[in-house]
Amino acid sequence: MSLIVNGEAVALPSDPRVSLLDHLRETLHLTGTKKGCNQGACGACTVLVDGERILSCLALAVQYEGRSVTTIEGLAGENGLHPLQQAFIEHDGFQCGYCTPGQICSAIGMAAEAERGVPSHVSADLTAAVALTREEVQERMSGNLCRCGAHNGIVDAIRATVAAEWAA
Amino acid sequence: MSIVDTVKQGAQGLVQGAMTKLVPLAPDSWIPGGVPDPLIQHKHGLIGTSVSRLDGPLKVQGGAQFAAEFRFENMAYCALVYATIPRGRITAIDGAAAEAAPGVVLVMSHLNAPRMNKPPAFGSSPNGVGPADLTIFQDDRVHWNGQPIVAVLADTQEQADHAAALVEVSYAPEPSTTSLAGAKANGIAQGLFMGQPLLNEIGDAEGALAKAAVKVDATYRTPRHNHNPIEPHAATIAWVGDELVIHDASQMVTQQAQTLGEVFDLAPEQVRLTSPYVGGGFGSKGLWDHQVIGAAAAKMAGRPVRIALSREGVYRVVGGRTLTEQRVAIGASADGRFEALIHTGLSVMTPHNNMPEPFILGTRAGYACPNIKLQVEVAQMNMLANTFMRAPGEAVGTFALESAIDELAEALAIDPVELRLRNEPDKDPTTGLPFSSRHIDTAWRDGAARFGWSDRGAAGTRREGEWLVGTGCATGTYPYYRMPGAEARITLRRDSDGVRALVEVAAAEMGMGTSTTTAIVAAERLGLPLDRVEVAYGDSAIPGAIMAGGSQQTAAIGAAVIAAHNALVAELLTLAGNDSPLAGLSAADVGSEEGGLAKLDDAARRESYGSILARAQRDQVTVTKAGTPPLELMHWSMHSHSALFCEVKVNAVTGETRVSRFLGAFDCGRILNAKTAASQFRGGIIMGLGLALMEETQFDERNGRIMNPSLAEYHLPVHLDVPEIDVIWTDIPDPHTPMGAHGVGEIGITGVGAAVANAIYNATGRRVRDLPITLDKLL
Repeated sequence: MSLIVNGEAVALPSDPRVSLLDHLRETLHLTGTKKGCNQGACGACTVLVDGERILSCLALAVQYEGRSVTTIEGLAGENGLHPLQQAFIEHDGFQCGYCTPGQICSAIGMAAEAERGVPSHVSADLTAAVALTREEVQERMSGNLCRCGAHNGIVDAIRATVAAEWAA
Repeated sequence: MSIVDTVKQGAQGLVQGAMTKLVPLAPDSWIPGGVPDPLIQHKHGLIGTSVSRLDGPLKVQGGAQFAAEFRFENMAYCALVYATIPRGRITAIDGAAAEAAPGVVLVMSHLNAPRMNKPPAFGSSPNGVGPADLTIFQDDRVHWNGQPIVAVLADTQEQADHAAALVEVSYAPEPSTTSLAGAKANGIAQGLFMGQPLLNEIGDAEGALAKAAVKVDATYRTPRHNHNPIEPHAATIAWVGDELVIHDASQMVTQQAQTLGEVFDLAPEQVRLTSPYVGGGFGSKGLWDHQVIGAAAAKMAGRPVRIALSREGVYRVVGGRTLTEQRVAIGASADGRFEALIHTGLSVMTPHNNMPEPFILGTRAGYACPNIKLQVEVAQMNMLANTFMRAPGEAVGTFALESAIDELAEALAIDPVELRLRNEPDKDPTTGLPFSSRHIDTAWRDGAARFGWSDRGAAGTRREGEWLVGTGCATGTYPYYRMPGAEARITLRRDSDGVRALVEVAAAEMGMGTSTTTAIVAAERLGLPLDRVEVAYGDSAIPGAIMAGGSQQTAAIGAAVIAAHNALVAELLTLAGNDSPLAGLSAADVGSEEGGLAKLDDAARRESYGSILARAQRDQVTVTKAGTPPLELMHWSMHSHSALFCEVKVNAVTGETRVSRFLGAFDCGRILNAKTAASQFRGGIIMGLGLALMEETQFDERNGRIMNPSLAEYHLPVHLDVPEIDVIWTDIPDPHTPMGAHGVGEIGITGVGAAVANAIYNATGRRVRDLPITLDKLL
């Protein structure tokens, strides 16, 4: 019984009530993934599971046996920060930094959804290829709350990196 | 408040009153800020440029450690049980099932909690920051619906949460007041703020209003708000010997440590409180019941404790902004000169705190008018103590005042920008003090040009498909503050490349950019490159007391660093001795530049810090100094301003409002870091969009329970609600403040509610005076 976190196999909790979020934070001490509401309303706990974004507070850890979880701690590579992490710094896409890991993981998952052609509420044509316009990024990131009001910088950082890559 | 506290407040008020009378008469040069800070003239350094946050790499990798992310060996987790009645007594607590549940370490209530002193309530002593004038877990009294009454400790959070659900509590309810009508019926009283009555009367405002050629007179309402930082309040706590160690999320580290010390009868040095990162605060990250409960439980259990409030717990334990009902009446001559300005009304607080929402503060220095009446009265309800929330007073007061000015502009058929400029005062209209720096006219003109204000049409005349389009404007305002108590400790250490500086201040970083800005300012003042300066903060072991509140932290730190730098220069001159090129010079003759000291009018006479220390055979030198008392506040009327422009689109079918454009033009002294200041302005504006359109803490008037204690039901602006927000600033330094700067944390939210409401009026012809402006009010 194990799950893969940032490329390493780790044990699952013995208590089936433990959420993936609490397992990451309290057992594995990967506290980069944040708890903002513990009820799926804020997005601070967003992680990538096999490349898809999920809310880890609404996920029981034992459900993810054998799955590959990427957290904010797993994004930077040998050559330094992930381009989106660097863009968040340059565009000041955060103030307190608490929602930031969730925003970054969510944006990476969001760009992959767009690449797969998943439409959003603001997509005019549900079958067309997705263009990550400002409005599309705003809509698709609206599940990630920010109270410091760094929204402009977050969207700019996303559009300058992961959205631009996809658009290219 | 107790009688003792009221007397104390009165005494403080008297001293302040005497100072208020004497200080304005003193010559400028005696006053801090009388001689401009030399950094104001220093224009080619880092100040004002765009510097990325120094803690950015840590934050984007999840490496910044927040309060609930510290760990202790053998730590237990805490869950709380909240009262379900607004007032009464606890008659029984059945904790047997909880105690028998797996992993449970302790079930603590007033029945078994250790004896603790009442935390000194906020404002009752210089560093008292208790949440209310109440003891915690010491008796069977229930004071609000949601009060924490039982704490359960267990080996894991899951076990604690489960066991807390098993606790049975019985109550004997007592009569309570939980409705606004009931609170008013119980009687209203004059509101006090910082010990002073929230009351100004100049001339005969009612008489002048009656005689005015044109007048408006209306009532505006604003609801309760919660701060909702994304990081819920939490503390990780351990008793190490007889020392209390608490890793907290705090806007006021020293004050919280001292208040906790008073609760547990500890000397100041026995409490160590750290708060390196705070996941948003906005006024809420102070001392509430949970830190006291956590510390008591840790003491009782003999184990370290993590107490991390659930999101619901934050709403139950941490107070927010209270509601207001405000009357604004303005009488004007036909050419728009104000003859009467009345801003009065009611705010609600509790029997156990003293915090009227001071919504007249921004009006006091707002507009020239010969007849003014301003007053905040208070009624009491049985509810969680309300508290400071971003721009307490101004955030909601400007909604009423600036909406009324828009209504008056409409009645006069004068452009609302022009109407404001026409009533610009040449001195503070209520105190008579000169303004230290007021360039609001520049902000208005620059903002109007950039926004394209002149394209505006009459109300209800622009339509794009099913969207009604309109623009509105408003003035924002927030005072410059600087609180006493700040100290700075500067240490210069010699290394192979010269010296490194460590600047320590007992400040808090909630994302404002304080640590970065402090490093920038210290580097410029010391004449060192930014990468040779380290800033330490967020630790009660650092001397002095600084609050991240009142938008005053940067000024408080700035003044303390000025004082410490002066002391450092004097100390270095002593160390330099007779063999130095600086020999014989006094501290007043020299300044810092390029890694050393130089004679001010003869830069050739200089010596590097490293050289001075080396000759003196010293590895380092440390000085600690407090900033000057903030007497400048009594000598000048000191305020920041903004001119706000908003464009909205209101759906003619659904009533939905979308903010399509927003511009803030700010007059906030010299901007220190363009990147982080812009984010503070935008962040405030976005919180203001929430205040305008969606935010409301829903309070059940039947039983005093908050009904929407979650981020799903308390609506915040999300990405799709936030347009690209344009911000510009005058960048004119205030000659009487450290660095020429004003605070920028709170000004952003002020005025936004009115700018949006005024734009909605221009789009629809509908005037909404009741926040938030949800679609039902526009159908």
